[in-house]
Amino acid sequence: MEEQSIILISCGPIEKEITRRIAEDVTRAFHFAVRLKECSLDISRFYNPGRRQYDANGILKVVSESYPLNAYRKMGLFSVDLYIPILTYIFGQASLNGFTGIASLYRLRNELYGLIPDQSLLADRFSKVVVHELGHTFGLIHCNHPVCIMRSSTYVEDLDQKEVLFCSQCQDQLEQVISQ
Amino acid sequence: MNEKISILIVDDEESVRDSLYNWFIDDGYEVECAENAKKALSLLDKKDFDIVLADIKMPGMDGMEMHRRIKALSREPIVIIMTAFASVDTAVQALKDGAFDYVTKPFDPDDLSHLIRNAATQVALKAENRNLKEQMTSLSDVEDIVGESEALKTVLREIESVAPSDSSVIITGESGTGKELVARAIHANSPRKYFPLISVHCGALSESLLESELFGHEKGAFTGATFNRKGRFEMADGGTIFLDEIATISPKMQIELLRVLESKTFVRVGGNKEITSDFRVICATNKDLESMVRNGTFREDLYYRLNVVNIRIPPLRERIEDIPLLVSHFIRKYCRSMSRDLISIEPAALRHLEKFEFPGNVRELENMIERAIVIGNGKEIRLKDLPMGREAMGESVESLEDLEKKHISRILDKYGWNISRAARALNVDRATLYNKIRKYELKQE
Repeated sequence: MEEQSIILISCGPIEKEITRRIAEDVTRAFHFAVRLKECSLDISRFYNPGRRQYDANGILKVVSESYPLNAYRKMGLFSVDLYIPILTYIFGQASLNGFTGIASLYRLRNELYGLIPDQSLLADRFSKVVVHELGHTFGLIHCNHPVCIMRSSTYVEDLDQKEVLFCSQCQDQLEQVISQ
Repeated sequence: MNEKISILIVDDEESVRDSLYNWFIDDGYEVECAENAKKALSLLDKKDFDIVLADIKMPGMDGMEMHRRIKALSREPIVIIMTAFASVDTAVQALKDGAFDYVTKPFDPDDLSHLIRNAATQVALKAENRNLKEQMTSLSDVEDIVGESEALKTVLREIESVAPSDSSVIITGESGTGKELVARAIHANSPRKYFPLISVHCGALSESLLESELFGHEKGAFTGATFNRKGRFEMADGGTIFLDEIATISPKMQIELLRVLESKTFVRVGGNKEITSDFRVICATNKDLESMVRNGTFREDLYYRLNVVNIRIPPLRERIEDIPLLVSHFIRKYCRSMSRDLISIEPAALRHLEKFEFPGNVRELENMIERAIVIGNGKEIRLKDLPMGREAMGESVESLEDLEKKHISRILDKYGWNISRAARALNVDRATLYNKIRKYELKQE
């Protein structure tokens, strides 16, 4: 069962409404069954006190090696601030043509930018990051199409411009990968 | 999306290399990594990279020293220097050494995206610039100077030796020998080749027009000067100005020209602002300038200013052995421009061409070949397709007047010298026919 599913692993205080919304969008985007799991991964060792952030590469590795091992694709959902050594922050991370990705809603919240909290917008943004990172696991690289979900987004307003949809070219490539 | 841009990441920290690798791979770039400068230089030795992202502090050779060595490569990539320790001094030094940018780790994702996008644009511009330069070089090739005769080889050797200098050149030779081609070849092989070659046919312009053409004019300088116009000297800035038929310029223009050549500054007609232009002068003439100096029609000081190097182009009759090569060259040229299959030339036709004097030189030969291709049978140029061939074959080349005289005489005879009927048949009025009879001294036999 899990071998044919995309597993979303919620690793932190994330509202159920949000995870449900992500599950719907992932199902619609990839046409796979999506299973929601909750787990309490200890990520404290990836905390960098100097940066007050969590090392995304380390977390990605742990998620990849954690249960369930036989999922078609795994996506860890977090609520902490993620970084990779070279960048000040990231929204998510996945290995190209790999099986695992991670994403965090920390930098997607309006309140981080001094704006009024907006749960719906947060769910929308988080969903986009998750679908984008999962796209990488299917071998999709960044796309130039203005509203394609695979377009690179480096700030939240940029995420808001995209749709949870693949452009025709990325869609074709995705279908080709899935059919193999 | 960026599969053509290749990036080399040089950093001793594995986590940095991996992070950047994954980031750029997701963007569709071609990425390779090196953990130290030595390995990076060895990779650069084997393969061309478009962008190098290099850390400054590395064990062994540091990023700055590596950058200096990269600059010695034939195809220098764009170098972006990274460091975890921001220092104004190193940043300034990196930029002074020609780095494209200097960034402090960690970067903002948006900054990194912008930085690489800008670098990619720069890579594309460099490639475009390289292609355009290559195209320009091939366009300005000297392929139109055709021949293997000793006389022509001497000219080519002179072009080769004078081209890299900035010396003024006078090209002498009969009309049609290819003086402008030689001027183009000198310019194309000079360090000024990426700047314009501006040609001015002095003989085709009156004194006032030539003045305005060379120096430009300000709006309202004379009737019809409705806007400011740059002169040819100004346009030739950085390049070469070619003054054809220099012997035809007036004494006043000779003085003006001498002044400009000495100071490289001038004022537009009707203007008061002094303009400076850096140009090289190449002149051409089919006259004997030396004898013009002797008889006082050409200024001696201007002559010596222009005549630093003199290249004499031999007339075609002095290099008969080049005729077969020239014929083949023009056949190829015109068959291509007329979209026709390549044709050959009959041996007899070529023999006649080799015997001909060609007062109009190469230009005359070129016109003959073009005409022969137009009127020929599309397979080969025959003797009868050439003007001298028709004469050789007994077909005299008659002038229009001869033909007119013969035709009028024939019509008059046909109508028994009835002027009215003959005029009607010739479709002219009677007065015209009488005039023609008088002109050609026609008489009834």
